[in-house]
Amino acid sequence: MTVDVDHSGSLDCLLSARGLRKAYGRHLVLDGIDLDVRRGEGVALLGANGAGKTTLLRIVATLVRPTSGRVLVAGVEVGRDPEGARRQLGFLGHGSWLYEDLTALENLRFWATLGGHAASMPALHGALGAVDLDRWGGERVRAFSAGMKRRLALARLVLARPRVLLLDEPFTGLDQQGSKWLEEHLQVFKGAGGALVMSTHSFGRSFGVADRAAILADGRLAADVAVAPLGADGVRRLYDLAVEDGA
Amino acid sequence: MTYARRAWIVLWKDAVTERRAKATLNALLFFSLLLLFVFQFTLGADRERLVAALPGLLWLGFVLTGLVGLGRSFLVERENDCWDGLVLTPGDKSAIYLGKVAGNVVLMLLVEVILLALFALFFNVDVGRALPALALVLPLGTIGFAAVGTLFAAMTAHVRAREILFPVLLLPVQIPILLGAVKATEAALAGEALGSVGPWLQLLVAADVVYVVAGLLTFDALLEG
Repeated sequence: MTVDVDHSGSLDCLLSARGLRKAYGRHLVLDGIDLDVRRGEGVALLGANGAGKTTLLRIVATLVRPTSGRVLVAGVEVGRDPEGARRQLGFLGHGSWLYEDLTALENLRFWATLGGHAASMPALHGALGAVDLDRWGGERVRAFSAGMKRRLALARLVLARPRVLLLDEPFTGLDQQGSKWLEEHLQVFKGAGGALVMSTHSFGRSFGVADRAAILADGRLAADVAVAPLGADGVRRLYDLAVEDGA
Repeated sequence: MTYARRAWIVLWKDAVTERRAKATLNALLFFSLLLLFVFQFTLGADRERLVAALPGLLWLGFVLTGLVGLGRSFLVERENDCWDGLVLTPGDKSAIYLGKVAGNVVLMLLVEVILLALFALFFNVDVGRALPALALVLPLGTIGFAAVGTLFAAMTAHVRAREILFPVLLLPVQIPILLGAVKATEAALAGEALGSVGPWLQLLVAADVVYVVAGLLTFDALLEG
């Protein structure tokens, strides 16, 4: 399939993966993935369950070591300097990283202090306000709904101010209002020059913020296309083709 | 300063979580009571035998409750993938270890003080005059125990057979701590000066230093897996 993305490795590139392979024993999960994400660009990672989306995100996030290949985050090679890469990264996986017996504010305070970010009360309240949870700051997370926990996890990222955001199915568990807020927030993040990669099964919301769609099938990058010319329907057709080819 | 703040926030988080959930503390106190009943039945009313066995029994109680408490110390990090957060947070990971050890020391000392009071009550033993010496011996024994216990708890947190592996790994390494702590406690309860067990105290301090330093140096690699 046509890949219409320039892999020139320009200075604008905040995330660059080359020849990423990941095997668990004999099972090959990723096979030679190349991916570049520029400043202000959003990439939606698509693929069937087990296609390797989460593994790819976790490799870029420095949580999983690739079998071979390399990743650069804002010019920092992840394999050589994971700490340096982590300073540029924000990651939201399936887990929320929230302690259920702490309040929302306490959770934010904990992660902000541990990460060396601003942990002053105005900063924490500001982050809670950004996700519309300011009224719930003193409540224990145990009492939160799944959507509220997702928003609180996003507030943690607001405080961290990363340059590259990695989100694993970020719209899952969010209601209409939460999804709208997230879409707007991600647009602002991109507008400020951040790079975004998100795995998703939601074609609708995700394509509001994704400039490109990268489709994984059978451990390979089956397609990497600009979303605008094709539209959501075009990408969906391409996705169906890629997944069928991979199956 | 940042390092100390990071260690402190981990200690604070563990303390607040435990104070609210009381999951570990309640389990440890109940377990302590059960142990006392078992010791009471085993030793009966023979006071001479009890006094001779008391230092060993005390530390057996501390070790068994410590095993239960330490084994749980990283379970909270597995919930909601908080472990990933600890890995990905930039900065020296040994600060996280230090905070965790401090939290475990505080929890264990709290249980030890309660257990000591219960021992005095159950067995009608006067520990009052031994308190100043015990105020030195208990923290020394607990720091070493928690230092290596926290490390092994992190090491086995993702292992399927961790309930078995954790004590199997931990107990042999605790031998120097137990030897020093039991001998020093024996002297304290007998009303002897701690100077009479100087070499045992030196062993205790040396084991503490070795275990804490080993933990600080290796925790980063352990957390990264």
